[in-house]
Amino acid sequence: MADLSNDFAGIRSPNPFWLASAPPTDKQYNVERAFKAGWGGVVWKTLGEDPPIVNATSRYGAVTYNGVRVAGLNNIELITDRPLEVNLQEIKAVKRAWPDRAMIVSLMVPCEEHYWIDILKRVEETEADGVELNFGCPHGMSERGMGSAVGQVPDYVEMVTRWVKQHSRMPCIVKLTPNITNILGPARAAKRGGADAVSLINTIQSMVGVDLDLMAPMPTVDGYGTHGGYCGPAVKPIALRMVGEIARDPDCAGLAISGIGGVSSWREAAEFIAMGAGNVQVCTAAMTHGFKIVEDMKSGLANWMDDKGHRTTADFRRAAVPRFVNWEDLNLNHAIVATIDQDLCIQCGKCYIACEDTSHQSIAASRTPDGRRRYEIIEEECVGCNLCMHVCPVDDCITMHPLATGQDKLTWKHHPNNPMRAVKEAAE
Amino acid sequence: MTADLSAGPDIAPGRLSPQALAEAFDDAHPPLDRRQALIEASRCYFCYDAPCIEACPTGIDIPAFIKSIATGNTRGAATTILDANIMGGMCARVCPVEELCEEACVRNTAEEKPVTIGALQRFATDDLFDRGLQPYERAAPTGKTVAVVGGGPAGLACAHRLALLGHAVTVFEARDKLGGLNEYGIAAYKVPHHFARREVDFILSLGGITVQTGRALGRDITLAQLRCDFDAVFLGMGHTGVRALQAEGEDMDGVMNAVDYIARLRQAEDKGTLPVGRRVVVIGGGNTAIDIATQIKRLGAEDVTLVYRRGEEHMSATWKEVDWTQTNGVKVKLWAQPRRLIGWTGADGTTAVKEVAFEYTQLDETGRLMGTGDTFTLFADQVFKAIGQTFIPSALDVAEPLEMTGDRIAVDADRRTSLADVFAGGDCVPGTDLTVAAVEDGKVAAHAIDRMLKG
Repeated sequence: MADLSNDFAGIRSPNPFWLASAPPTDKQYNVERAFKAGWGGVVWKTLGEDPPIVNATSRYGAVTYNGVRVAGLNNIELITDRPLEVNLQEIKAVKRAWPDRAMIVSLMVPCEEHYWIDILKRVEETEADGVELNFGCPHGMSERGMGSAVGQVPDYVEMVTRWVKQHSRMPCIVKLTPNITNILGPARAAKRGGADAVSLINTIQSMVGVDLDLMAPMPTVDGYGTHGGYCGPAVKPIALRMVGEIARDPDCAGLAISGIGGVSSWREAAEFIAMGAGNVQVCTAAMTHGFKIVEDMKSGLANWMDDKGHRTTADFRRAAVPRFVNWEDLNLNHAIVATIDQDLCIQCGKCYIACEDTSHQSIAASRTPDGRRRYEIIEEECVGCNLCMHVCPVDDCITMHPLATGQDKLTWKHHPNNPMRAVKEAAE
Repeated sequence: MTADLSAGPDIAPGRLSPQALAEAFDDAHPPLDRRQALIEASRCYFCYDAPCIEACPTGIDIPAFIKSIATGNTRGAATTILDANIMGGMCARVCPVEELCEEACVRNTAEEKPVTIGALQRFATDDLFDRGLQPYERAAPTGKTVAVVGGGPAGLACAHRLALLGHAVTVFEARDKLGGLNEYGIAAYKVPHHFARREVDFILSLGGITVQTGRALGRDITLAQLRCDFDAVFLGMGHTGVRALQAEGEDMDGVMNAVDYIARLRQAEDKGTLPVGRRVVVIGGGNTAIDIATQIKRLGAEDVTLVYRRGEEHMSATWKEVDWTQTNGVKVKLWAQPRRLIGWTGADGTTAVKEVAFEYTQLDETGRLMGTGDTFTLFADQVFKAIGQTFIPSALDVAEPLEMTGDRIAVDADRRTSLADVFAGGDCVPGTDLTVAAVEDGKVAAHAIDRMLKG
């Protein structure tokens, strides 16, 4: 039976599912409900200096795609809008009542050392398990020189991380912003500063839509809108790739990674862990469905681990990292072609038109003698792009099969068409 | 013979309360609301070269209009439908979709649950009507005139398309109202709230169509005269006759043509005034038989039996219609044909039906229908004949007769008759007797007429 218990940078929790710093974790009432529902830990919604910030109404915009609600969520909410002392008392009370759960406190104060010294001392008194430095919030707070404004400058990331490690015994997680050209810059800076872990991604700067009646960005506040931070299922691919970049970076070796961004089920959690994450943080899925979804996350992950023979998440953590390579390391002599299972085909023609209009004209459309539509792969033309497989509405109807090319592996580095080949080979 | 009035036929109006009747004849299949429509629209795969389009006699671009619903472009959806089928609203209600577009839907293959194309089509067209939008504008007048005989689906579809193309159209309709079977024939619960009239109003609101009601071919007008007065003629008279049972005694009181009764029902301001038998027998296996059986049951008849002389697979009514009438409590008896109607004679000497004697049937070795010799009898206060309608060509000119295919007017692919300037469509030409097929006839003929007139 799979054991989901988790040790993340020395912080123990009964499972790897934490609630991310966000509205679900902004007070005792919610967090206790989350723990009752079975969440392994929470990152308490970001604390700041008193007086508290003020939030606007409205706060969320969402992307509905093809009938699916909240495929992506955009928010313009800021950090906690409650007094610091109230938050600290509640954090202490909850941690006392739920000692087995991870209690992380997210922090955001100005980039002056004394602010950090002051708040860290007060957080330590709550007996929380660790802190997360919010260098990711990309709206509102960043205009005030905090959040992603810090995360976008590796030197600041390193400086503040160093202060935190100097003035606190607590494990330190640095939360990174994806609104940056190269995620390795701030990740390496966090490592240099002594961080125990990074968590990513925070939200992506976004404009979720334009209200075509008001002619204003959504969500609107009294007729005006501002950019927000984007999260939810739509951002998972962006988050996963950034996690992978850090996981495979030799300079970041030893840095624990908390995977965040579109984790909606056990499957995304397994993917993040395979790509190097030590645990995952969830927000949008809980905001869409409530805390109960953690039940399936836990049982789904455990069942999948049982099927695969993994006893703990450590058994498959980083399992996919060695296979995340650069494009130039892919085997260009590998060939696959599509196959259509005619017994499963429902004759919708979607593969045909996708290939015909937008790809390589490698599907033939014809009619059988009894008038039924028939679609067949022209293997000589198929480049193995997978598009037909993706647009086909029937699972496993179109599958990709390797062709025996009889050729050895050949990457771009060594390909005769590569003008840089001689240089590279000489260098090697 | 002394008549015993108390033992006479049990036929009475108002068997149900006004509220019960109102419920029984309201929308049998309520429309989708916006949310339901969006969910259903999202089920459409947006097939390439979609089988549903091919299955639609009017070739509506179904995936395109469903996509438009999904994107919130409901007006675009409605015009996509109406461009191909100006009676898309009616067809959404009356088409046997289970044998047309929805049968072809690829969702059947894996799930046996097609996209509800008919309901989506209704959603889009209803929205356009409810908003009172007129998406069409007539082309510049051509100065050409066309006579359309018959204001049913074929005639109105033809008239609308011709008017759109700039021609001046006059529609001659024998009855008081336009609409044909949409107004007089379709089951009331399929088209409540005067939908047929609203659709006719929408079609006429384009302009360019003059209507003359109470004008029948062969009685008030002649084809020869129309050909003199107009540049082209379209004939869309529909069925004009009803087949007889050829059973002894079918002229007695209480025996009625289903189509006549349905027309009366459709026109009745108060359905509580219609005479309804306690025990009713319907003879036939088509949609008219289903419609009369279900409606008379909903009017309060106690026992309704539909008798058809062959098997269910031979019925021209669809499986869904047969299901529907059975769900409504109609008993369906197969493989029997009426032989004799037995009546009782009242004090005034008239004879009214009392029983119908049937003989069981079967197919012989050559596949021909034959009686088995075994019989049974059903009590009946009312008997409805619904064994088919025919086109009676007597209204056509004898001097210059049109070529016929069987008992219908022969036409080519353009719906042109043997006379170069005369076109025809709908139930008076060969083909399936469906509203949607009639609309296609009218549309195709209109384009052929247009080509001829602009030639």
